[in-house]
Amino acid sequence: MDKITGHVTGVNGNLVSVSFDGSIKKNEVGYILCGDTRLKGEVIRVNGETASMQIYEMTNGIKVGDVVEFSDELLSVELGPGLLTQVYDGLQNPLPDLAEKCGFFLERGVYLDPIPNKDWEFTPIAKVGDRVYAGDALGSVPEGLFTHLIMVPFSTKDEGWKVKSIKEKGTYNVRDTVCVIENEKGEEKKLSMVFTHPVKEAVKCYSERLHPDETLVTQIRCIDTFLPVAKGGTFCVPGPFGAGKTVLQHMEAKNSAVDIVIVAACGERAGEVVEVLKEFPELIDPKTGRSLIERTIIICNTSSMPVAAREASVYTAVTMAEYYRQMGLDVLLLADSTSRWAQAMREMSGRLEEIPGDEAFPAYLESVIAAFYERAGKVKLRDGKVASVTIGGTVSPAGGNFEEPVTQATLKVVGAFHGLSRERSDARKYPSIHPIDSWSKYEGVVDMDKVNKARAILKKSNEINQMMKVIGEEGTSNEDYVTYQKGELLDAVYLQQNSFDPIDAACSPERQKHTFNVLYDILMSNYDMDDKREIRSFFNQLRQEYLDWHNTEWNSAEFKAQEERLTQFYKARRK
Amino acid sequence: MQKVYTKIETIVGNVVTVKAEGVRNGDLALVGDSYATVIKLDKDTVSLQVFAGAQGVSTTDTVKFLGRPMMVSFSDHLLGRIFTGTGVPRDNGPALNENMIAIGGPSVNPAKRIVPKNMIRTGIPMIDVFNTLVESQKLPIFSVSGEPYNQLLSRIAMQAEVDVIVLGGMGLKYDDYLVFKDTLEKGGAMSHTVMFIHTASDPIVECTLVPDMSLAVAEQFALAGKKVLVLLTDMTNYADAQKEMAITMEQVPSNRGYPGDLYSCLAARYEKAVDFEGAGSITILGVTTMPGDDVTHPVPDNTGYITEGQYYLKNGRIEPFGSLSRLKQNVNGSTRSDHRALMDGMIRLYSQYKDSLEKKSMGFLMTEWDEKLLKYGELFESKLMDLSVNIPLEDALDLGWEILAECFEPNETGLKTNLLNERWPKRN
Repeated sequence: MDKITGHVTGVNGNLVSVSFDGSIKKNEVGYILCGDTRLKGEVIRVNGETASMQIYEMTNGIKVGDVVEFSDELLSVELGPGLLTQVYDGLQNPLPDLAEKCGFFLERGVYLDPIPNKDWEFTPIAKVGDRVYAGDALGSVPEGLFTHLIMVPFSTKDEGWKVKSIKEKGTYNVRDTVCVIENEKGEEKKLSMVFTHPVKEAVKCYSERLHPDETLVTQIRCIDTFLPVAKGGTFCVPGPFGAGKTVLQHMEAKNSAVDIVIVAACGERAGEVVEVLKEFPELIDPKTGRSLIERTIIICNTSSMPVAAREASVYTAVTMAEYYRQMGLDVLLLADSTSRWAQAMREMSGRLEEIPGDEAFPAYLESVIAAFYERAGKVKLRDGKVASVTIGGTVSPAGGNFEEPVTQATLKVVGAFHGLSRERSDARKYPSIHPIDSWSKYEGVVDMDKVNKARAILKKSNEINQMMKVIGEEGTSNEDYVTYQKGELLDAVYLQQNSFDPIDAACSPERQKHTFNVLYDILMSNYDMDDKREIRSFFNQLRQEYLDWHNTEWNSAEFKAQEERLTQFYKARRK
Repeated sequence: MQKVYTKIETIVGNVVTVKAEGVRNGDLALVGDSYATVIKLDKDTVSLQVFAGAQGVSTTDTVKFLGRPMMVSFSDHLLGRIFTGTGVPRDNGPALNENMIAIGGPSVNPAKRIVPKNMIRTGIPMIDVFNTLVESQKLPIFSVSGEPYNQLLSRIAMQAEVDVIVLGGMGLKYDDYLVFKDTLEKGGAMSHTVMFIHTASDPIVECTLVPDMSLAVAEQFALAGKKVLVLLTDMTNYADAQKEMAITMEQVPSNRGYPGDLYSCLAARYEKAVDFEGAGSITILGVTTMPGDDVTHPVPDNTGYITEGQYYLKNGRIEPFGSLSRLKQNVNGSTRSDHRALMDGMIRLYSQYKDSLEKKSMGFLMTEWDEKLLKYGELFESKLMDLSVNIPLEDALDLGWEILAECFEPNETGLKTNLLNERWPKRN
């Protein structure tokens, strides 16, 4: 069958209208032949003989009459061994390879193979005659730390496919046929280690979806203890600029107890991606002893790269996450920032002259965001393994105002809300997650009753602080003043964490449990003091001791010695 | 053979349409004798944005398509010269037509970027100590109109160690333009400066070209191995020009009339800041005036999400709250061992000082602690925050310890004990 072609009839920004003959699909990929380059685009609307395409590149130089070739395929990603450690743009173009080919700048219209052309040591799992379904393992290859499963393509329909032949253990090129499967009609499919999957189709090759009930440890005290995230859950981090969203997300990427981390930098600064790129290879994951980059994939479509590919980038990322989940792994996807993606939708919607909703965002904003977050989940695979995709998205609300449409649409669908506050970041209280406004529906690492009591003190302390601003310190009772100081202590020594300190940056769950219990005891005790100056200096000293405790290695001699000092200090003043 | 079209169909705002064939998106054209660029194609209708404004364009004016996009000449002859937003000399010098390069080129491959690691010393403690400026950083100065932002910009320009300065002026008052020119000439910096100036009375479309022209030139200098500092003032005028053009094009406005792609527009420009591996670098310092001192206004808001921090200029001082240099962590670890801890500690105390000040203004009894904070705050403001203070980083850090020791006991500062032992000034 001949490829369907068309020609350009109009250009408006990155929206190109194309007239065509024959049949095309919505969301089909097409290429515009502009001079010597082929510019990739996606059909987003069909109206009679005219299709509207969003182009993933700059549209300069396109003229009316340019030929368009349609590919008959939806926008897809290539999945196979070799994805880990890669840096892709939103369309899965490997950026380091591109740099080698084109130099400093991103030339448009250059599309390279996303999966490195490499040989792998293949070990068959399936046997000839086995009945296979989409997502079933046929064989495996070792990819860095993991056993990478070679699977039946996810979009394979259930038509009674059986393994007809499979290669023996040996080394094969990634694109060699390693397995042939045949269905009941006698049709054959040759499978290599690589297959493609449309990015907007959620992978559902599992037997059931489970409740996200296991804490995902991030080693950030404020999150694990007070605002936990669960494996297979979702969370969002809205915050005004400069509140530390990105630093927080990098901490999560570094310290989270998951198998694979996918960082999707969507419409944000290129410099931040570079930090990850240069820093992660140097960092050692204490759990595995290998470099962090070996468990990381970076998708980056930074703010100066073409707008239309931003939308593609979050879907590319989530599809890869689902691919690794299918191997029984826990995957964390961090998307920074979903607002930029929403803005890309708004730009497109404006060019399509759709009726605008709130703040000119399209009316379908909410359902699109909901569908994206719903791709997270903890699942039981057909072979009994439990695996998960956790999605954490940052939101960049205009003016730091959480009432805006993207934040609100996100809050409806996530399981934890880590709202960042400008006040806290201005006062250099990092991570600047607002401890009272934020919430989580998941279970944490510390006993929830104790946490709730501690939170109650924090709330009370906050109220007293507000009150003190009106009636002054002299009008506050000593009892209230102690509560106020307790809340301040909790904030200073537990909620705040220094992400640049080598020891304090990561706090293990055991350490959290241990230190929280000491803190809990401090908070629940009554003290024998009746002068505000005395109270203040007591808490100042306590804070100092506690902070010094944070800077000692877990369970080392100094750790125990400092604990001893600390406990003796506060127990001596206890009533 | 270039075709000439003589029938202009519509003239709306600065946009004219003409029926033509074989025209490419983004190409340059001559409408009468004014340059214009193709911004939209619809079948054989071509929309052109006229740089000099469509005022006086007649329906019978000729339209000639040049078959190339907007370009600017690049060579060392640019140094010391002043141009308009379209690259026409403003300084009575000869026009430059050699070695033309396209403006608004593709963005840098993130894989080719390197982590910025060189501090730019300015001698201003509020920048050097608290929010260090780093080579290849993009930083706006958020300011209310009336603040001395242009003076600050030129002072940084004069004191910063760079090879080339590119100044892009958008909607500048003519006086301000003259001030810039005089300051740089007197300071001897003009010989390594290129200026692209759009004054408030020039056509609005030229305003939107200034950043692209400036950055295209800066990029070429950087690729040639130079350290370039690009100064853009004022980006709010640029955004307003974009707004004006979007509205005439009947685009759906998103927030306070600004086009939905404001973020992308600003980002494409600011993201040109880069440190090329094995070549030079571009550092961008922009000015964003905040209408009504409102940081949630779309322009400063979007800018804040793009840039790597910001300097707040308020009451003639760089405010420690809100001001932030995101890249400071890359460099302030290697300046002096106490730099980071002292910086955080001092800001934390300053924030408590603000609380005490509020309490005082409401007439509450001041505790001993409040008095200490008040003393600290006043010293901090007079000795470190004043913009006329010009001391090297190391002296500023020592000064910081002096101020702390004058006001507090060591355990009140919240700093680590070992650091206190090492640095706390011994009193006689």
